[in-house]
Amino acid sequence: MKSRHKRLAFIVAGLAGLGGVAALVLNAFSDNMVFFFSPTQVFAKESPEGRNFRLGGLVEKGTIKREDDGLTVHFVVTDNHKNINVTYTGILPDLFKEGQGVVAQGRIGPDGVFLAEEVLAKHDENYMPPEVKEALDKGKADSIKAKANSAAAGTSATGTTTLISQ
Amino acid sequence: MPLYIGGTKINWFKYSSPQAFYPLAGKMIPWFTIAALLFTVPGLYFSFFVAPPDYQQGEAYRIMFIHVPAAWMSMFIYVVMAAYAGMGLVFNSRLSSMMASALAPTGAMFTFLALWTGALWGKPMWGAWWVWDARLTSELILLFLYIGFISLQAAIDEPRRAARASAILALVGVVNIPIIYFSVKWWNTLHQGASITVSKAPTMAASMLTALLLMTFAFWMYTIVVALLRVRCEILERERHTEWVAQAMTGEAR
Repeated sequence: MKSRHKRLAFIVAGLAGLGGVAALVLNAFSDNMVFFFSPTQVFAKESPEGRNFRLGGLVEKGTIKREDDGLTVHFVVTDNHKNINVTYTGILPDLFKEGQGVVAQGRIGPDGVFLAEEVLAKHDENYMPPEVKEALDKGKADSIKAKANSAAAGTSATGTTTLISQ
Repeated sequence: MPLYIGGTKINWFKYSSPQAFYPLAGKMIPWFTIAALLFTVPGLYFSFFVAPPDYQQGEAYRIMFIHVPAAWMSMFIYVVMAAYAGMGLVFNSRLSSMMASALAPTGAMFTFLALWTGALWGKPMWGAWWVWDARLTSELILLFLYIGFISLQAAIDEPRRAARASAILALVGVVNIPIIYFSVKWWNTLHQGASITVSKAPTMAASMLTALLLMTFAFWMYTIVVALLRVRCEILERERHTEWVAQAMTGEAR
């Protein structure tokens, strides 16, 4: 074995070992590396109690209510399983709207309402022109309508309805 | 010379000698400069005029055309740099170490650019300049790794020892690259997931993708140009006591 082969073997073994260590460490810390907790996690008591944490999810449609002062806003954060009521006073980011991803920092008050001190908007990795988005939404609405129609027509099996809607 | 010059039959290792690589790099620079311009001009045109506004973020998303290529290059350059540093460690070839140190400042610059443009993008969209989520934090660690690599090299006077010590640092830091890349997948982060992956179709409009790829190639070509420029300086500096540098310099002076 030449000395450079030895060095190469040493480096490869070192990197493999290091990778293994990193994987184990990250695995051990994975609970502490989350940026936010979902409502389901909060209900499962996985979020820290009695101190601030971040709550993440979608703003439930039709739940945004603004108070008369124009700054205080109430809304519901959902992950489609569990819901948590949130109250926030302050300026919201531009992307904040119904159905949009949101990360709120704060704590759960005695009445079970999450009192947010900071609200951040989370957007997804989809980028498209507005016209495409409209077309997509229209297509979705049409397929929902078609589903509703076929359901009304008495086709109960879901398999059939999806076939029709397509 | 303690170099591996690949015997008489194959001259594969010929250009691993700084003396042979110096003129070759000089010849490559103009071509890669032209390539960089050829990608930058249409890249910027596509980014600003052809790509449509986004349905959610309007015009503000256009910072992506700097942010994403910069972030990609910051990771890619690190891997290339660490590979060169590792080669220098294994083969004792001085040119590999010089290439590694020539790439480091550009990698650090792209990392900084990715973080800075990310902050500028984050403020209007998320509502925060900076958050300590896994993606942002691991990218910040990458910046520290680059700075550490550069400073460690600068701190040790003897070039061979400097190259060896910084190579080990660079190789250890490679662990961070998959962490940056997969951070948005492994943990829930404020940063959105990847739009362009190997496994599925890109989740962006075709003209946006074109702009993004053009800008990426532009950054890539730019990186090659500045790395070659820098490695030429590095070669001259480290080989300044040799005959050929003395000859090359007097030749150029005439």
